[in-house]
Amino acid sequence: MQNLAERLLSGDRRALARMVTLIENESPQARRYLAELHQHAGKAHIVGVTGAPGAGKSTLVTHIVRELRRRDRKVGVVAVDPTSPFTGGAILGDRIRMMELAGDPNVFIRSMASRGSLGGLSASTRDVVRAMDAAGYNPIIIETVGTGQAEVEVMRAAQTVLVVSAPGMGDEVQAIKAGILEIADIFVVSKADKPGADQTVAELAMLLSLDPNRRLHDKSKPYWRIPVLKTSAIKDQGITQLVDAIEQHREYLVESGMLAHRAQRQVRSEVEALVVHAVMNALREELTEDEWQKLLEDITTRERDPYSVAGELQERIGLRKS
Amino acid sequence: MADTRPIRVLVAKPGLDGHDRGAKVIARALRDAGMEVIYTGIRQTPEMIVEAAIQEDVDAILMSILSGAHMAIFPKVVELLKQNGVDDVLVAAGGILPDEDIPAIKAMGIKGCFGPGTPTDDIIAFVRANIKSDRLTADV
Repeated sequence: MQNLAERLLSGDRRALARMVTLIENESPQARRYLAELHQHAGKAHIVGVTGAPGAGKSTLVTHIVRELRRRDRKVGVVAVDPTSPFTGGAILGDRIRMMELAGDPNVFIRSMASRGSLGGLSASTRDVVRAMDAAGYNPIIIETVGTGQAEVEVMRAAQTVLVVSAPGMGDEVQAIKAGILEIADIFVVSKADKPGADQTVAELAMLLSLDPNRRLHDKSKPYWRIPVLKTSAIKDQGITQLVDAIEQHREYLVESGMLAHRAQRQVRSEVEALVVHAVMNALREELTEDEWQKLLEDITTRERDPYSVAGELQERIGLRKS
Repeated sequence: MADTRPIRVLVAKPGLDGHDRGAKVIARALRDAGMEVIYTGIRQTPEMIVEAAIQEDVDAILMSILSGAHMAIFPKVVELLKQNGVDDVLVAAGGILPDEDIPAIKAMGIKGCFGPGTPTDDIIAFVRANIKSDRLTADV
């Protein structure tokens, strides 16, 4: 009997599906398998799609995948929806929009719940992408939770980031704020059949014209001019151009050396996250719930302060010498 | 870890009727019970349901059908699951299922049949009691 990783590498969809489950549940086998799969990953173009709830992300992803299938790509999709902070349950509804893709064995869609993560992805999204990558899916599209202004985690998981805006949301001041608008490699104005689309495009173009890098970049090196593209799913417009732009961005990343740069930045944040996770686990093992309760009471009744308690806990898990 | 993971359920609406109010109520109730519910929307073919169940690696498939096509659709779903070697997923059904059809539905391997008015707590308890708890350690 081959092991799960071998079967995944040989193209077994069920093995991939089960691997994703193991990864999501942080099972100990998953980490061993992932270490093995790491050697086989790194070929896929990873595309992030983010934007406000209702901006049209799932619909856009469906149309992008359809175009990619016309270009004969084997496409992976990871769609993240929020977990309830109260019950831990979730409704994962991205497949409703992606219905026409269901049943195509060259499209692998996995819905994931955010499981408490706040950055627009779930903690294991990157590892799930790694498994799909090793299984030969390329490109892989990550659709984030509907985001507000600060959920920029997708930039640490994707190579090309699409920020989707629908017409009629916010004004020019929104466009110059820091956060999500800064992480776009491509802006997409969806629902372009609706009134106000041209104004949204103009506002985003204005924002981009203020980017100092536009004038200061080294002219001898490749430079990516962030495009603002209009799409309409109803009228089936703009999708070919968008997929062209996505593929051009990948070429730019390779030519400019940015692909390696981004990969290193991502791996660094990944390793850091693993260490933080290990520390949190160590803390959980060290401290009983009763002890926690006692410490929390001491702090809220002002008998102790959070800083000395944190210091003491660091000593207890061996992070700091007493 | 395996015992604390959220249960994953596919709620699917096969056939041509567009009435998915009940399916949505069930989806919401399962969510409030701490489960991860993949809701696929209306007009699902058996092929779509089975492929989604495989990719999402769900613990259970709940199908809701009101149009009377259950005796055509359910056997197809069961057969496709078998063809794909999926034998560790709980399958249950709800909607308008005439009493005289229920023995035949159960004989297909569809374990639960829930008609109109079933308390959502019953369905939650049924899912919890009947999913295969060793799914993740068993071979796929």
